[in-house]
Formats: sequence, structure tokens, C-alpha cells
Amino acid sequence: MTQREKAQVLDEVALDRALTRIAHEIVEQAGGEDVALVGIKTRGVTLAHRIADKVATIEEVKPAVGALDITLYRDDLRLKAEQPIVRGTEIPFPIKGRIVVLVDDVLFTGRTIRAAMDALMDLGRPRVIRLAVLVDRGHRELPIRPDYIGKNLPTSRRESVAVMLREHDGTDRVVILEPE
Amino acid sequence: MSLLIRNGRVVDPAHGVDAVQDVHVVDGRIARVGRGLRAPSGTETLDATGQVVCPGFIDIHVHLREPGYEYKETVATGTRAAAAGGFTAVCCMANTFPVNDNRAVTDYILAKAKVEGVVRVYPIGAVTRGLKGAELAEMAEQAEAGCVAFSDDGHCVMDAEIYRRAMEYVLPFGTPVISHAEDACLGAGWAMNEGFVSTELGLPGQPAAAEDVMVARDIVLAELTGAHVHIAHLSTAGAVRLVRDAKARGVRVTAEVTPHHLLLTEEAVRDYDPNTKMAPPLRGKRDVEALLEGLADGTIDCVATDHAPHALSEKEGEFGASANGIVGLETAVPLMLDRLVRTGRIDLSTFVARLSTGPARLMSLPGGSLAPGAPADITLLDLERPWTVDPARFRSRSRNTPFGGWTGRGAPVAALVGGIRALPEPEARA
Amino acid sequence: MGWKRKDLISMQDVEAAEIRDVLDTAESMREIATREIKKVPTLRGKTVVNLFYEASTRTRTSFEIAGKWLSADVVNFSASGSSAEKGESLLDTAKNIEAMSPDVVVVRHQASGAPALLARHLRCAVVNAGDGAHEHPTQALLDLLTIRQKKGHLEGLNVTIVGDIAHSRVARSDIHGMRKMGMTVTVAGPPTLIPAACQELGVKVSHRLEEAIAHADVVMMLRLQHERMLAGLIPSLREYSRVWGLSLDKLRHCRPDVLIMHPGPVNRGVELAPEVADSQYSVILDQVANGVAVRMAVLYLLAGSKAA
Repeated sequence: MTQREKAQVLDEVALDRALTRIAHEIVEQAGGEDVALVGIKTRGVTLAHRIADKVATIEEVKPAVGALDITLYRDDLRLKAEQPIVRGTEIPFPIKGRIVVLVDDVLFTGRTIRAAMDALMDLGRPRVIRLAVLVDRGHRELPIRPDYIGKNLPTSRRESVAVMLREHDGTDRVVILEPE
Repeated sequence: MSLLIRNGRVVDPAHGVDAVQDVHVVDGRIARVGRGLRAPSGTETLDATGQVVCPGFIDIHVHLREPGYEYKETVATGTRAAAAGGFTAVCCMANTFPVNDNRAVTDYILAKAKVEGVVRVYPIGAVTRGLKGAELAEMAEQAEAGCVAFSDDGHCVMDAEIYRRAMEYVLPFGTPVISHAEDACLGAGWAMNEGFVSTELGLPGQPAAAEDVMVARDIVLAELTGAHVHIAHLSTAGAVRLVRDAKARGVRVTAEVTPHHLLLTEEAVRDYDPNTKMAPPLRGKRDVEALLEGLADGTIDCVATDHAPHALSEKEGEFGASANGIVGLETAVPLMLDRLVRTGRIDLSTFVARLSTGPARLMSLPGGSLAPGAPADITLLDLERPWTVDPARFRSRSRNTPFGGWTGRGAPVAALVGGIRALPEPEARA
Repeated sequence: MGWKRKDLISMQDVEAAEIRDVLDTAESMREIATREIKKVPTLRGKTVVNLFYEASTRTRTSFEIAGKWLSADVVNFSASGSSAEKGESLLDTAKNIEAMSPDVVVVRHQASGAPALLARHLRCAVVNAGDGAHEHPTQALLDLLTIRQKKGHLEGLNVTIVGDIAHSRVARSDIHGMRKMGMTVTVAGPPTLIPAACQELGVKVSHRLEEAIAHADVVMMLRLQHERMLAGLIPSLREYSRVWGLSLDKLRHCRPDVLIMHPGPVNRGVELAPEVADSQYSVILDQVANGVAVRMAVLYLLAGSKAA
């Protein structure tokens, strides 16, 4: 199914401001405790690093950043014809007893976040798990809600949201796509 | 009884005949062969227009499995398979259960053949008791009972002293000793031919030398004793060379080859299909070439199928554990007509000679030619008849063949034994 | 890209791209061994049957751990003897097991070709854990993974495999796998232990150990079985180990960055001196660890999705 761009919802500047605001909210809620950011592969990791850099300019200490591959925890593996590639999880710090903020680019049905929470629990027992997403496009299928949101974006099911980041796509923007 | 076979292409290598002629059969024997024959009233006519009429084919190496292994084959089913394959006579090997090493078993086989067989059956007796290679069997009585040759086929008589004495002992009877030439020590535990394929597949291999070594020994023993030694199922280029040289020296050695050793190489084993496991194993391309040359130039006197029926359970498991051997009576003639005669590898006359004249001569059997007075054992061929090998429709009790699904043209139409169709159906199917 | 095969029977069948997929997947599975809770839910509800006709605690345990860490239900079925002698035929056993709906059958058998036979008859995925002298694909894959980790790459490396090549399924699988990944392979051993037409496998053949290991980046030592002496292939274990065993002394001929590998179990003092097996050159224990990761990757790729 080919898609075409319906609208741009965030440009480079707006995206950056959203991440800055999220960084401030994380710091405020942490109340001085240190926080670990775990990005969900692939773009969630990039966003986690950017948020971490911003937190560093506020608090002078950069929070720990980890990368989580949720492939092994997906609930839809049986339905696929071929196994998806496993990219590997790298969380080089203990998460037991810590505040962990999961970071992802788009929150949709909530299944990815559910898988991510299961994965985190198998790695250790965080004290608190919070969720930061750049875009919440609605249509939740599980009772999952984000703590920090870049932008609320009502969409229809047929549409999709594409988050483009400099490091991966050469540009920073978020667009809504619709089928042609 | 009077039968006139009209207008067929008569091929009788024993008399150098290859022409369209009629054959008149009276009371089970050939009366006359000639053009435009007229026969007395009451003569049945068989129109052989477009067909080949030749002396009945004789397969001198068949395992009928009775007594003892009736679940694989019986005299009844085996001879029907032979007739369906265009054969009018078979020689059956001694590795039954009990072994045919005494006249009681020979009598039993002949009795069965008389009542239930549809083609002529000539038993081959064992050389040693129980095929154990240690003590001579009572071959004088066996010869008297009707054994036409002696062989421990399935096993090689490893003790040269015993084998020498056996060859000497049977000299007065005029019966050949048939050798299963395979050194049991070289490559013991083998599953296939030793070579690149066995290396890749990780299967234990038997070098061609295992056969060559014993062919050489048997030729030397034949020279020593003056016996007629016939080498069964030749499979290597080395063996062909040894037999050729020995014949040139005047040694009384003869040899046979199976259709599968002429048509398949060790490459056929790659899928681990147990129907490609036999003794001797399928060899390499060079061996097949040498065998074809030997068949054409007469170094190899005849084709014999080594028809070896086995039950499905014995040929469907792990390759290494599977029984050796495949059935061959119903596929030999069609396969060879299509793959060897049609392609020009051997001419029709040679083909007929290797299946009738040759076997009859070397085993001293009646038949092998269409001379007046000879028994009316006749094979009819249709060189254009298309066929597909369908094991499910075999007359044999067993189905172990690697040729299932093969197609070609050229098949036997009928086998007449003493002038009478061996199988009552109007057409024998391939 | 993406694994499409129903079964893993031999290295001869698979292509370089597929080998890379398995190695990459295995690489990312290694992390699970370092966790406190060694479990991911990926194969939850899947059943893996280990059908081992040849006794083998190590390989079977490796597959068992691999399956369990992926949350699969692993069942061990230990049969002995070949079909003809011991009653139930291989095919019958397999069909009986299939009637219980496993997702993967891992089979080790003394007959070359047995896993291929099963793969033809079973609907579920079949993994060859070693068939006769034919192949042992997961061993080759873990060997490749170990080499890649230690050397950073595979292409262009020189590997020498030493020992009873004729009877070794590990050697055959390694030869196929390594050649596909662009490595050069030399086999070395007494002529009686080198199989017929061996060079046609695309390897160099050497009958002198010192020469064969001189330029090798990797030296793989194979186990020598006692039965070989009895079969008249070598005169004695003593002589074999003097001439072909890798001692510290012989190690001097190797490159300083050589890797010493062995599929295990090691006959200490026969093909490998204990000092060498325990030296800094030896990566034998890494091989074992990687074995679990590779088997996890194989089970994941074969069992996780639709096989039908």
C-alpha cells in the first residue's frame, strides 16, 4: 500500500522544543533523584540520547541511557511469516531500584510498551517505570498511558505517523501519512 | 498345438538373423522360421507386425526368496514378474531360508515352480553349507537334483583353499561356479562406493578394489583348476579389464552386469534413498563407461538383473541400516531398450544376444536361439511402446526400485514359454 | 534476508547470507546469559523435542538450555540403537512424536541421512544435531561465531582442522561453513584418517602437523576415538598423540595470535595437551557458551514462526 504525506505536524524547531519540555518535566518529577532513560529500538534510543543531553544541560549530570530490543517479547511473532531480526539489548547499568523512563517515538496500540515493560522486568526490578513518547496517536488497545508527551495527535486507523530523525533519516520532522 | 507368429522382425543372434520372418511353433517347439510360412488349419496366429521376435530372455541371477522369505517374493510372484519383464526363464540363487545347499530345498523349489511358476526356473545351489564359506555343500546331489550352477551369492567365499576345491569338485558336472566377488575386509561396514560422494555424505565407503581383488583371485583360481568361473554383477572398470585380459589368455571366465550398474552412478545416492543401496554398490562414471564398453565388445557375456526383492520396512529407514538390493525383472528390458538400444549404445542384436544367447550358452540351458527343435521360448518386443515405471503395479511382491517414475519407449509385449503365453493377459505391462 | 527454511540439516545447504543471519541473531542472544533471570518469552507455548539416538549430554544440554531460556517446553527423548535391531523404526518413532504436535524436533543419530529422512516426513521443523559422519551444523555455526568474535571478521582467515577428518561430521560442517564465509581451510592428519577425494571438498590436505598449523589463524583439534586404533587405522593412541597431538612444544610453530579450538569433549593428553587446552590461546569454553546462543538463534528462527 503506497502512502503519501498528508500533513507535517512537527518541524525541526517544534520537535526540539518538545524534547526540551519533556526533559524539564522528567527532571521536575524526579525531584533530585537520578533517572535512567531506556530507549526502545530504534528511534526511541536516539530520542533517549537527545533527552539525556538536554537533562545534562539542566542538571549538569547526564543520565544513563540504555537500548532495549523488544523483538523477543512481541505478542505477534506467531503471526509473522519470517522471524524479525533481533537487534540486541544493551543496558549496561543496573536498573534494580531505579526510576526508569522508557522512551519511544510513537505511542499507538500500547503493545510495544507492554513488551518493553516485560523485558525490563526480566532484566531487574525498577522502582518506578515512566513513559516518554514524542507522539501519542491514540487507538490504545491496552491500558497504557504516557507520563511525558511531545504532541498529542489524533489520527484515523488508516493513517500512520512517521518520525524522521537527523541521525537516521537526514532530517528532523514528524508527518502524518495516508494511503493514496 | 500349432502357433504361427507372423510378420515380426525376427532377431536371432545365434544364427545371425535380423529380418522380417514368420515363426511356426508346433507342440511347444520351434518348427520353422522363414518368410511367408503357411501353417496347417487349426493353427493359432499371432500377428507380430511391428514387433521384434527373439529367443526368450533368460535372467540367470534372480532371488526368488522361496523358501523362507515369502514376504518378499515367492516362486509364483517372482516368475510372474519375470514374465511381465519379458523373461521366459530365470535362475534362482541359493540364499533362501533354509539355504539351498541340499537337494531337499532344490526339490522344493522345482516342485513349486512346476505348480506355481509361469516361466522356467533353474535353481542355483550353494557352494558351501549354509553359505558360511567353510564346508563344501553336497554339490553332486545338487547337480543331480537339477542345479545348473553353484554360488554363494550374497557372500564371497573368502577362503581361497575352499573355493579352489569347490571349483575342482564341480568340474565333472559341467556347472559353472558363480562368484560374488567382494573382499569382505576391504571397506567392511560399507554403505556405498568409496569416493567423493561417500566423503561428502559421511557414509562408509567400499573401494572398487574390493571387487577387483576378488575378481583377480577368482580368475587365477579358474586358471589353476580349469573350472568355468562366472563373475556375478560386475561393477568396476578394473574388473572389466581383468576379465577381458583373462579371456584373451583363454581362461574360462565369463561375466554378467546388471541394468542398474549400466544406468546409475554413486551420484544417485545423494538423497540417501535406500533404493540406491545394493551390493555391489553403484560406482563412478568411469566404471559405467567401462561396463558399457565391456557389454558391447562381449567381455561381459550377459545382462542379469540380480532381482533382489525386499519389504518396504527394509528399504525405508536410515540408509546405512537398509537391506542391499533392488528388484529388476520388470524394469530391465524397458530401461535398456530406451536408454541403451534407442540411444545407440548397443545395437538390438547385441542386446538380444546378451539376454538370450549369452545366458543360455554360459549356463548350458536349452533356449537362447530360434533354431528348429529348440523349445519355443520366445520374447516379443515393441520398440515404440511408451512406458512409465509404476512400482504400485509390479507383479513382484516387492517395490524396492529407484526407477519409479522413469519413462521411456520400448517394452516387452509377451513372453512365450513352450509357445504358450506366460501371462494370460493379452499384453504384458512394463 | 530472513530465514525461510523449514529445517536446518546441513551447512552444505545454507548460504552465506543465512549463516550471517544466524550469527547476528546469536550475537544478540548472548546477552540473555548475563541476566539474573535468564528467560525471554519468545517461544512460550512451543514444544521442542530432543530426539537423541546417540548419547550426548553436552549437545543435548545445550539445546535444552537454549529452548528453556526462550521459554519453550523442552522434552528429551533418548532412544538407542538402530531401527532394525531395537524394535520401533526411526520413521515410526518420529511419526509417533509428531502425533504429539511438537514445533521442533532436534535429532542426533548415528546414521548419515537420518535427519534428512525425518525432515521429509515430519511437518514440524527438524534440526540436525549430528548425523553419522555427515554434518553437525550448529557446531559449525558456533565455531564461526566464536572465531568472528575473537578476530572481528571471518573472510580471509586460515583455518587448519587436525585429526580424524574421515569420521568427523564437525569437520565436514566446518569445511562447508568456513568456505562459504570466505575462509581457507586445510585439513591435516595421517592418510588413513583423511577421507577419499578430500581435496574435492575445496581444502588443502597436509600430512605434517607442524607445516599445517604454521600459518593458521585458527587451529581446530578433533577428538580421536579409541575405536580407530582397533579398526587398524592408527597403530596406537600413544603414537598418534606424539605425532599429531598439540603440545606446548608444537604450539611454537603457530602464530602468536592463533586460536585453539575443539568441539569437545577433549581427550586430554591425546589430541590436546592439558596445558594447551587451558592456555590463553584456547577458546574452547567460549565455544560452549556460544553453543547455547547459536542454538537459541536456530530455535528462534525455525520455531518462532509458521513452519507450514
